Amino acid sequence: MVWLALRMLVGDPVKYLGILFGVVFATLLMSQQVAIFVGIMKRTASQILDVHDADIWVMDRATRFIDEAPMLPDQELYRVRSVEGVESAVKLAYGQLGARLPDGGAFRTVTLLGLDDSSLLGAPSKMVLGELKALREPDAVLVDRLGYGFLFPGQPMVLGKEFEINERRGRIVGICEASQPFTSMPILFARYSQAARYFPPSRNLVNFLLVRAKPGFDLGPICRAIEAASLQGPRPLAAYTRKEFAWKTVEFYLESTGIPVNFGITISLGFIVGLAITGQTFYLFTMENLRQFGSLKAMGVDNWRIVGMILLQGLVAGAIGYGIGIGLTAVFFEATSGVPALTGLGMFPGLLLGIAGTILAIVVLSSLLSIRKVLFLEPAMVFR
Amino acid sequence: MTVVAAENGLAARCRGLVKDFITAGVSQRVLHGIDCDIPLGAMTLLVGPSGCGKTTLVSLLAALLEPTAGEVDVLGENLGVMRGGEKVRFRGKNIGFVFQQYNLLPSLTAKENAAVPLIINGERRLRAFEIAAEMLRKVGLGDKTDSLPKNLSGGQQQRVAIARSLVHGPRLLLCDEPTAALDASSGRTVMELLRDVAIAADRAVVVVTHDARVYSSGDRMVVMADGRVTATLEDRAQFAEIGKGEP
Repeated sequence: MVWLALRMLVGDPVKYLGILFGVVFATLLMSQQVAIFVGIMKRTASQILDVHDADIWVMDRATRFIDEAPMLPDQELYRVRSVEGVESAVKLAYGQLGARLPDGGAFRTVTLLGLDDSSLLGAPSKMVLGELKALREPDAVLVDRLGYGFLFPGQPMVLGKEFEINERRGRIVGICEASQPFTSMPILFARYSQAARYFPPSRNLVNFLLVRAKPGFDLGPICRAIEAASLQGPRPLAAYTRKEFAWKTVEFYLESTGIPVNFGITISLGFIVGLAITGQTFYLFTMENLRQFGSLKAMGVDNWRIVGMILLQGLVAGAIGYGIGIGLTAVFFEATSGVPALTGLGMFPGLLLGIAGTILAIVVLSSLLSIRKVLFLEPAMVFR
Repeated sequence: MTVVAAENGLAARCRGLVKDFITAGVSQRVLHGIDCDIPLGAMTLLVGPSGCGKTTLVSLLAALLEPTAGEVDVLGENLGVMRGGEKVRFRGKNIGFVFQQYNLLPSLTAKENAAVPLIINGERRLRAFEIAAEMLRKVGLGDKTDSLPKNLSGGQQQRVAIARSLVHGPRLLLCDEPTAALDASSGRTVMELLRDVAIAADRAVVVVTHDARVYSSGDRMVVMADGRVTATLEDRAQFAEIGKGEP
């Protein structure tokens, strides 16, 4: 009966292509939009996720996301270092600054990370050009590869280029890989002491404390201990693991921007339109084959086998349409991989599974009307 | 379900068969206590004007409808005591159908269409195709086994339908107006074919028709009017008399 179901399905090329089109449309639109949405949300926390060598991020308890962290007094560093389970804690200055290119060139906003002079904790893990140790040279900054393209569009990657950051000299001594931030602006790395010269004068420059835990200690209790210890100081602190802080930042964007609503509408449209096209075409296909299904019932095919045939037809069309749709999405991301605004966006295993589940729902919902029609079909209708 | 040989030489036996249909809350009696025997080894014509209940009777014989009252025995089995699944399996193994509109699957070739009942009954596909091709040769379509229905004439499609109806060796063949959609010549060919290949000592053929041109093909005639059997004729000379009254 599998053979019969499939021959019936492909025997009407127009309807078959119509069903496929519905599934491909839904798969393409939903997978592409979900991938971009997840990618953009991930970008909001990309600077947190890029820091692999710190276990815990400590910040003012009022911090809602990475770009809104109040400055911390220096003494908080020593308070955190004294907490049991903390192996080391270092300062991280983080903020956005203006960078002016030489010869009266363009002005760009950049994200600057001021790393601990001694440990360089939080430094990029992959260098494209130059070496990390060059960061110890005067006026040295690292810039991420895509950021270099924003600062010097169309120019080959070379070290030694200079520009002004907040009217002070910066010299590129290395080019590194870094995940794209939410706003696609260049990411610069400098020593903390160097960064302190770039940021506007302030009593405090530290936004975060990066903590490494001693081996064998659970991170959760250390975070709670840091928070408890901070109650003795002027400001209560919050301490999060890397993933917790990343999620906190993502959640801020989810709750405070219209991004999820916009993407949600598009993804819902993909589902609804895909369901409408697939369901309608599949129903028409069944209606046109109603007499044939009636004949099969008269000839000894029971309802369960008929249901199995219809579901199989739907699942096969769904699987093929899903494959084509995912393939087209992959082609889209491959074709746009060189576009800076879309760099780093792409599909991931959870997306493939989630879209497969959604397409399965579309196929089953589309089949239900047809199944109902055929189940209630009187086989005696073949004599009419 | 294993069917025992009908000891009384009957393929089907109806007693006191009543069928009501309820339309828009109103019950309408279509069959009024039908008594009727269908013998093996013969072609029984079921004739009568449109709306007299022929199709309803044949649907009851095929276990496609439930009678309101009365009994139907087919091949020695009382259909009234069978459960739904049993009826479906019984039908699949023992009853063949020829429909007025052929009801071939348009995406299947003649051979594949003819093989469908075998595949429904669990035969391996390739073996089913071999048997179906042989059956198509018997109905004179040996050179059309790989043709799609759309490339066959009406008469040829009906011959494929006859091959399909016989391919699994059913003991009761029910034909609903098999010549109604055909011209006179094709209709005669189809009826001759039914006589040649369908009638066998252990098989009964029931043909529902009001096409007087084919009355001469039958062995017996059950005449119906207004939901009742008004006559059962076994003399072909009398068939012609009935035919004179048909439109």
